Amino acid sequence: MEDLPAWSLPADAAQQISIGEEWPERVTRDWAWGGSTGKGVSVCILDSGVESGHPLVGELDGAVAIARDEGDDVSVSEDTEGDLCGHGTACAGIVRALAPECSLHSVRVLGAGFKGSGPVLLGGLRWAVEQGFDVVNMSLSTTKRQFAELLHELADTAYFKRTVLVASAHNMPVESYPWRFSSVISVGSHEDPDPQTFFYNPSPPVEFFGRGVGVEIAWLGGGTIRSSGNSFATPHITGICALILGKHPELTPFQLKNVLYLTANNVGGGR
Amino acid sequence: MSDLRAAVAAGALGSEQNYRELLQAIVECARAIFGAKASSIFLHDDETDELVFEAVAGEGAGDLIGVRFPSSSGVAGWVLVTRQPLVIEELEQDPRFAREVAESTGYVPKGLMAVPLLHEERALGVLEVLDRPQQAAFSLKEMELLGLFASEAAIALDLLQKARLARAVLEDEGTEATALARLAQRLSDAEPEQQEAAERLIRAINDFLAS
Repeated sequence: MEDLPAWSLPADAAQQISIGEEWPERVTRDWAWGGSTGKGVSVCILDSGVESGHPLVGELDGAVAIARDEGDDVSVSEDTEGDLCGHGTACAGIVRALAPECSLHSVRVLGAGFKGSGPVLLGGLRWAVEQGFDVVNMSLSTTKRQFAELLHELADTAYFKRTVLVASAHNMPVESYPWRFSSVISVGSHEDPDPQTFFYNPSPPVEFFGRGVGVEIAWLGGGTIRSSGNSFATPHITGICALILGKHPELTPFQLKNVLYLTANNVGGGR
Repeated sequence: MSDLRAAVAAGALGSEQNYRELLQAIVECARAIFGAKASSIFLHDDETDELVFEAVAGEGAGDLIGVRFPSSSGVAGWVLVTRQPLVIEELEQDPRFAREVAESTGYVPKGLMAVPLLHEERALGVLEVLDRPQQAAFSLKEMELLGLFASEAAIALDLLQKARLARAVLEDEGTEATALARLAQRLSDAEPEQQEAAERLIRAINDFLAS
């Protein structure tokens, strides 16, 4: 089938875009991800690297490090150092706990010093979108306006290429990105201890609240520790996205966000 | 000239002292409100890419000001680079982390709350509150409260940086600011008719630049 022009749909072509699977009248969690382990779904942790082999993380299916070269150019190389500070390992452990059979990848954009973090973050996200990962976890943000436009373009590109970006929101009155963009899934924290409890927020820009308080997280060297923050609420939603895509791989980010909405605890389609 | 420069420099120096006191008041207040053992503010040094203790209340107060560590290490580093506030409990269970912290602070906390200090587009540093009482589980209300302190601390830190910059400029002979200060001094020392002519000239320069 030839690609249709993006702006039109000839009368006889409607069949070509029929949706494969009918959604039930009431979307339940059982329909959305019952029996799913996240198998077949690739999840990228855009962070400080991930300690491969950590008991809470298991093996990674790939790891790269982004480094800044001259100017704003960046290079991508295989990551042989793992996690430099522990943040990425913590996020990866949360995703693994929810979606045990997903395929985990690490893209290291943090940890090589504070300077130049903007271009490295952009370079890492661009690389992740080019790879076509199904879900990218971003428990980080930037406040630099100069990167906002490029981040916005990347977020929209990801959205139309079926790569879901899940990004930590800020709970402070600051402008930061990319969580404010509507093409990403933005996440704040709730206080409930159930990892699969999440809420839709009818007052955006924060769209969903995931478990973010008193979370047991993976810590470097194989240990665990208890921590709180939107950084850890985000991988909970990432994990749930991986479960849903494991069962319904055909979903676009738009459809996936709809399923999240319909299965949120404060929306009728819950359990 | 030197009198004027000294006067302006004294203003910049005086304000730096005020902002330091403000930062100190913020950490004292944060420590008291959370009932914590200590609270600190770190400034990110752009030149060296390090975090520097700028204010400390409670444990470690007195000898930590000016102590530096790399911006990419530790929980403060996480918070700075991710721009995300974070709370960690049961820290002492991790010997590697405990050693790292002890080396930089001389004190190993059981738990800590850390929040980035964001002002306009910049991440200026980090505010930490160490060892709040453990009897009550951490709540999001505390995180919000911490965010309020952070907004205040970020403004104070921004003012402190600006005061330091102003002082550096004034202490550096040959800069544009020094030249302007010299001009102002000459103007105030000039004879009345010279002053009148000079003021006309300054108005003309002003009009030219504004056009």
